[in-house]
Amino acid sequence: MSQQPFYVSPEQLMKDRADFARKGIARGRSVIVLGYDLGIAFVAENRSRALHKVSEIYDRIGFAAVGKYNEFENLRVAGIRYADLRGYSYDRSDVSARALANAYAQTLGSVFIQESKPYEVEICVAEVGTTPEGDQIYRLTYDGSVADEVGWLAMGGATEPLEAGLKEQWRPGMTLAEALGLAVRLLAMDPAGGEPRQLDQSGLEVAVLDRTRPRRTFRRITGPLLAALLSESDPTSDAPAEDGEPGHRDILHDVAGDQASASPRHTSTNPQTQRPAEQDAQEGAGDGAEGD
Amino acid sequence: MTAADVGRLPDTFRSAGSSSFTEFVATHAPELLPARRPLPPGSIDAPHGTTIVVLTYAGGLIMAGDRRATMGNLIANRDMEKVFATDEFSVVGIAGTAGLAIELVKLFQVELEHYEKIEGTLMSLEGKANRLAAMIRGNLGMAMQGLAVVPIFGGFDLDTVTGRIFSYDVTGGCYEEHNHHSVGSGSPFARGSMKKLWHPDMDQAQALSVAVEALYDAADDDSATGGPDVLRRTWPTVAIVDAEGSRFAEDASVAAAVEAVLAGRTGNPGGAR
Repeated sequence: MSQQPFYVSPEQLMKDRADFARKGIARGRSVIVLGYDLGIAFVAENRSRALHKVSEIYDRIGFAAVGKYNEFENLRVAGIRYADLRGYSYDRSDVSARALANAYAQTLGSVFIQESKPYEVEICVAEVGTTPEGDQIYRLTYDGSVADEVGWLAMGGATEPLEAGLKEQWRPGMTLAEALGLAVRLLAMDPAGGEPRQLDQSGLEVAVLDRTRPRRTFRRITGPLLAALLSESDPTSDAPAEDGEPGHRDILHDVAGDQASASPRHTSTNPQTQRPAEQDAQEGAGDGAEGD
Repeated sequence: MTAADVGRLPDTFRSAGSSSFTEFVATHAPELLPARRPLPPGSIDAPHGTTIVVLTYAGGLIMAGDRRATMGNLIANRDMEKVFATDEFSVVGIAGTAGLAIELVKLFQVELEHYEKIEGTLMSLEGKANRLAAMIRGNLGMAMQGLAVVPIFGGFDLDTVTGRIFSYDVTGGCYEEHNHHSVGSGSPFARGSMKKLWHPDMDQAQALSVAVEALYDAADDDSATGGPDVLRRTWPTVAIVDAEGSRFAEDASVAAAVEAVLAGRTGNPGGAR
């Protein structure tokens, strides 16, 4: 940087970098983050089942991003490491979205100035509070600017029509079904003013931070539950309070049923556990007979 | 580091690759890992946790631990918890140096959650058992100075739909156990007890009763294992893992099981049947 052959004014340099980053971000599809009565919902247009734009960071903190996948994935992993390290060395309640947003802002800011190319990403860090007033939604842009948004934000792609729609139609206290309906309607709009596209659940990535859940509040909403929430004729308006299947951060996805025989994991590489299961069962029965 | 770097996430946070929290901490802040701390010579007397029992039943697994920690001939703690839920399908019980063991469990809990968040999927049960083995292995230096930690790991295997038990030695050896197992100073007596009481296809209530009885037998013969404390009403910690996930048994049900065992043993202290 210090040995440039021609003088480039700092204004021009920053403008070029900002234009470059902005172009990259505008090429992608949009993400909407909006509050509803029981939490915060993330709605992303994303055809991939595996490459997520929305993710869990910590108990009450979620992450959404648009732009270059490798760059925001890098930031997502850094955020999880940051949150887990802080939670491990302090306490789970000491991990806050505000501190994480600051760390992200510093990182994006110094990458924007120092590295040969700025990150072409825009990210959102949201923390769900115990009441809707306690919800925090932060928008972080490629140059490290932070904005504290109230209620909703839209990023990536053509955001003006989305922001106009959200400003007009979002109100506090919407149910999850209303909030998702609004977000999907806006995402399906054609920015050029043509017919809205058909967006079905296979092209959507939806997740919530549900304030009613204990500890980890992040849940992905997929499969039949998402379809029910998006359907206007279906009375479902909220996610069930109970998880269908524990462990996975999904609620009511298509449960694959009994996977006992199908799993490739079952053939073990652990020297201690490589014997076939039948032998175990026989031994178990033998043991029991002795015990009686 | 220039002025613009202040507050920036360090490069170790953004390096690609590992989804292991322990590996990340080892590169970023090794002093946070018990295994990386330099040890002063000599030995110290620290509280020790004692007996843990674990057994499978039809559709799940029960792990129970007494509440006593000892330091030499003294009782260091009467209501210590030594059984922990490590994630939604696994539990771990610890015997050995209590302070180190609890630190290790905490690290293991974060390790599992960290993997789950970064990878977006659950770790296999054997993967979890192996991660724990690696942590115990890292603790070998401390074990040789008398600060050994010996955990026992139990989880519900979503692939085989059964409860499975893994035991460890101080060198990090990981062994799958069948039906039931116990660790800690009272374990020989608890194991003997479970050998006679455990039988296949028990239901959850029967398994709970066997676990309580095994702990009673351990406390009967081992001074470091705490028996049921009727006066203080401190009962063993009992964790249950089944298809519904891992959770702790309610005090009321444990109290009922303990009282039933005590009633059965009145006038029959060995529990002969």
